Amino acid sequence: MILVWPFLIPLISAALMVLLRSRENVQRWGSVAAAVALLIASLALLVRVLSEGPVAVQVGGWPAPFGITLVADLLSAAMVFITGIVAVAVAIYGLEEIDRRESWHGHHALVQALLAGVCGAFLTGDIFNLYVWFEIMLIASFGLLVVNGTRKSADGAVKYVGLNLIATFAFLSGVGLLYGVTGTLNMADLSQRLEGRQEEVAVLVSAMLLMFAFGAKAAMFPVFNWLPASYHTPSVTTSALFSALLTKVGVYALIRTFTLIYDLDVPLVRGTLLWGAVATMVVGVLGAAAQNHFRRILGFHIISQIGYMVLGLALATPAALLGAIFYLFHHIIVKANLFLIAGTARKLTGSEDLPKIGGLYAATPLLAVLFLIPALSLAGIPPLSGFWAKFLIVSASLDMQSWFIAFVALAVGLLTLYSMSKIWLEVFWKPHPDGDQAIDGTLPIAMLVPIVGLGIMTVTIGLAAGLFVDAAMVAAEQILSPHAYIDAVLGARQ
Amino acid sequence: METIVAVLAGLLVAGGAYLMLSGNLVRYILGLTILSNAANLVIFAAGRMATAAPALTAYGADAPASGVANPVPQALILTAIVIGFGLFCFALTLAYRAFYAMGTARMDAMRIAEPREDRG
Repeated sequence: MILVWPFLIPLISAALMVLLRSRENVQRWGSVAAAVALLIASLALLVRVLSEGPVAVQVGGWPAPFGITLVADLLSAAMVFITGIVAVAVAIYGLEEIDRRESWHGHHALVQALLAGVCGAFLTGDIFNLYVWFEIMLIASFGLLVVNGTRKSADGAVKYVGLNLIATFAFLSGVGLLYGVTGTLNMADLSQRLEGRQEEVAVLVSAMLLMFAFGAKAAMFPVFNWLPASYHTPSVTTSALFSALLTKVGVYALIRTFTLIYDLDVPLVRGTLLWGAVATMVVGVLGAAAQNHFRRILGFHIISQIGYMVLGLALATPAALLGAIFYLFHHIIVKANLFLIAGTARKLTGSEDLPKIGGLYAATPLLAVLFLIPALSLAGIPPLSGFWAKFLIVSASLDMQSWFIAFVALAVGLLTLYSMSKIWLEVFWKPHPDGDQAIDGTLPIAMLVPIVGLGIMTVTIGLAAGLFVDAAMVAAEQILSPHAYIDAVLGARQ
Repeated sequence: METIVAVLAGLLVAGGAYLMLSGNLVRYILGLTILSNAANLVIFAAGRMATAAPALTAYGADAPASGVANPVPQALILTAIVIGFGLFCFALTLAYRAFYAMGTARMDAMRIAEPREDRG
């Protein structure tokens, strides 16, 4: 059951939220309670996986590879745990931000459905089941985008829905081809059956279709356009949740499929992923430099950071994969925090357009400090978590003597610092165009708690980096030599 | 038989892409639907086609008699059709809402979330 709770809790909560739609307070506090329950369940799973290695369960008692398998290795378990952390942070923030109307339209139920989809995607060991969890996540995110009912969010949702559906159909076709070649959908079984068949045309086509699908969900170049078109349109609670989790599920799916199922030694697969990652880093950061809207800048930076993670996967050495996993965790915390801060800044100053706001440093020095922690971490300033993440990736590419790639990674870090200092100057340092009395400097406690909490985590990951690197090393080893994973799935006949 | 279905899937993708490139939101969604049907056909063709008995197991037997059709691709397609139908309904409702909010179904003119002065 330990593998089932992380998506069963949100699914049950989602159903309850629909039933209790008219009770706004029950929904608000119920969201927090459900998120805390998810965090506890995911912590239990993480502890179990840390002590015993990969665990698997066959749903309905059908032995693998015929039934649907749920399986958690350290990467899955840690991803589920961090989903729990983000869920709690966002639920607390939502206490302040989500109004009666959005709550009535189903915000809280959809958040729970989204969390169920995300946790299910991390825990499934069956590629078609992965597709189903992706769809649950996707349809919940469609709903979340439009529940605040503004014209802007309707526009953003059209782009988001239209472009994500193409990726969905590519995913489906890729799975179909893979089934046609191997006759199985179980990922551990696929891993064994494709041994020595990696260069067959049908396998390569399915690999490219899945790479396109997951790349689009992760907002890789050149299929990232849905992200900057939509992430700044819904409520801040929603966009913080999206920015922390949705693209990262795409990255997780890339890591899982392109280590377990497909072989990265095939030049076509590896080259596409590698140069796609480099272009993603560069395009994202340049896009951010051209923006003047708080959340749009952050949105473009998601794209650029996704490039680092995929780069770690595509370099395909243990050190690089370790860097990618560390990056994944650091980024989820930092990016959620930055979006929450953007929302707080909007609440205090009244806008997200950089030219129209300012003066926050004078009004609330505390928020300024809280902004600097994730912002400098994102740019990679020591000793914060982002420094170690970038250091691991860059040193892995130097080890491989990929000088150009290491140079690009460093240059992108510098441009990130440029964007962050632009936000700092425009939002915090310069006086507000309407005079400083335009700002009400009191920070709502429900907004402050998650921002401080995530900030403390960023600093902790930075200062105790050795601990987290060791954990990421174990996760990377489990992924690169997946015997334990395969044994857990195909050996476990419960 | 697989060849014919494969060619058909290709034609559907071409038709879907043509509709999606027309710049009108409603046509775009119809194109997406055709694309989803093409994906279903791909699964169908990849699962092999044959004239065979339905996969039913006789009462008391452990396994079906030999020469039965593979039910897995059909189960996959059924799931995909249901999901695709839900997504199509949502997309149509969203298109209506977007048309209502912006007064146009031309996608080039939908620029409320990303106004042109953003560039610069």
